[in-house]
Amino acid sequence: MYQTTYHRASSVDEAASLFAKSSEAKFLAGGQTLLPVMKQRLAGPSDVIDVAKIKDMIGVEASGDTLTIKAATPHYDVATSDAAKKAIPALAYLASLIGDPAVRYRGTIGGSIANNDPAADYPAALLALDATVKTNKRSIAAADFFKGLFTTALEDGEIITAVSFPVPAKAGYSKMPHPASRFALAGVFVAQTKSGEVRVAATGASQNGVMRVPAIEAALKTNWSPAAIDSVSIPASGLLADIHGSAEYRANLVKVMAQRAVAAAG
Amino acid sequence: MSTVKLTVNGKAVAVDVEDRTLLVQLLRDHLNLTGTHVGCDTSQCGACVVHMDGRAVKSCTMLAGQADGANVTTIEGIAKGEELHPMQAAFRDNHGLQCGYCTPGMIMSAIDIVQRHGGQLDEATVRHELEGNICRCTGYHNIVKAVLDAAGRMKVAQAAE
Repeated sequence: MYQTTYHRASSVDEAASLFAKSSEAKFLAGGQTLLPVMKQRLAGPSDVIDVAKIKDMIGVEASGDTLTIKAATPHYDVATSDAAKKAIPALAYLASLIGDPAVRYRGTIGGSIANNDPAADYPAALLALDATVKTNKRSIAAADFFKGLFTTALEDGEIITAVSFPVPAKAGYSKMPHPASRFALAGVFVAQTKSGEVRVAATGASQNGVMRVPAIEAALKTNWSPAAIDSVSIPASGLLADIHGSAEYRANLVKVMAQRAVAAAG
Repeated sequence: MSTVKLTVNGKAVAVDVEDRTLLVQLLRDHLNLTGTHVGCDTSQCGACVVHMDGRAVKSCTMLAGQADGANVTTIEGIAKGEELHPMQAAFRDNHGLQCGYCTPGMIMSAIDIVQRHGGQLDEATVRHELEGNICRCTGYHNIVKAVLDAAGRMKVAQAAE
């Protein structure tokens, strides 16, 4: 790892001001992606600003029809949160599938979405549930937040403070994990909003990161059942292909994961 | 350089380290607690697992500074004098190790698993929960047996306290 200077911020404002004073800073939450990247010397920030201990950034709260997960809440705490399990059980389940137990104790929702790995789990939930990303400057709709591989709408020095999810009528998540990394070879989150809208998002599949799947949405809008997806065909163009699976394989996985997610949603 | 203050195995320590120092380096290189191992160094194998504030974490994927103020327990801190921790005893009795390299991390993760699940442990759960710990010798069979055995012993020990 290159030399760096570690700072622990005690408030969002302090984190922002530390960032402004540094030449090339990175925010550090759980560090389960940033630290491995720094160890490989693929990143060498002059300063790392630890936001994981900022009290206002930790916790899960349900209020009316909204579930809010603060940005530095570890995956384990989301997976075991009574509020999350009651409001959006599919979201708590998704958190329980990320990485391994030790990673889930450290990794956070804010870190995951700020990194926007094309095979990360949370982006699928945010997009399918039409979540809102709250930062220290503004609110950003999930559809406007994810901008392609490892790219987001965040500006330099902007800090994610929380994510709010409208509680859906029904939701489900299913993923085929890579057997070693547990990242998604394909993961699909399906949701039916309380107003009857159907939203489906897939991670791990597209070359551009998380994506909506309009063909499956249309099929489920007519008939909310796994069988409704039988006749849907997902085009392989634009999908990821690597040693773990071809684009055609992933196209089929999107369909199968969507069916399993609908079955889980009930 | 920064001074990192933390509690390790019940003892308060203050260590001057470069900010880029990992927690596992602080433990091994500065405190000579070499029971915590570095296997893959890429956050996958779990040989470096220690407990921080009661949670099993990968000490190769944390800066020492992130542990400032924390309570850390390593493999050296779980036995009571000469008496092995029930998880250590179960690994020995069930031949849950061959070369022993992954064992410290396995044991620290396994204690965390038992603490989280209490008596509700079955083989499938143990195998699933151990997915962050890699062993290249045993095929996991005796490790899983050891964890299930220890879960019973820890329950008995807890009831006795």
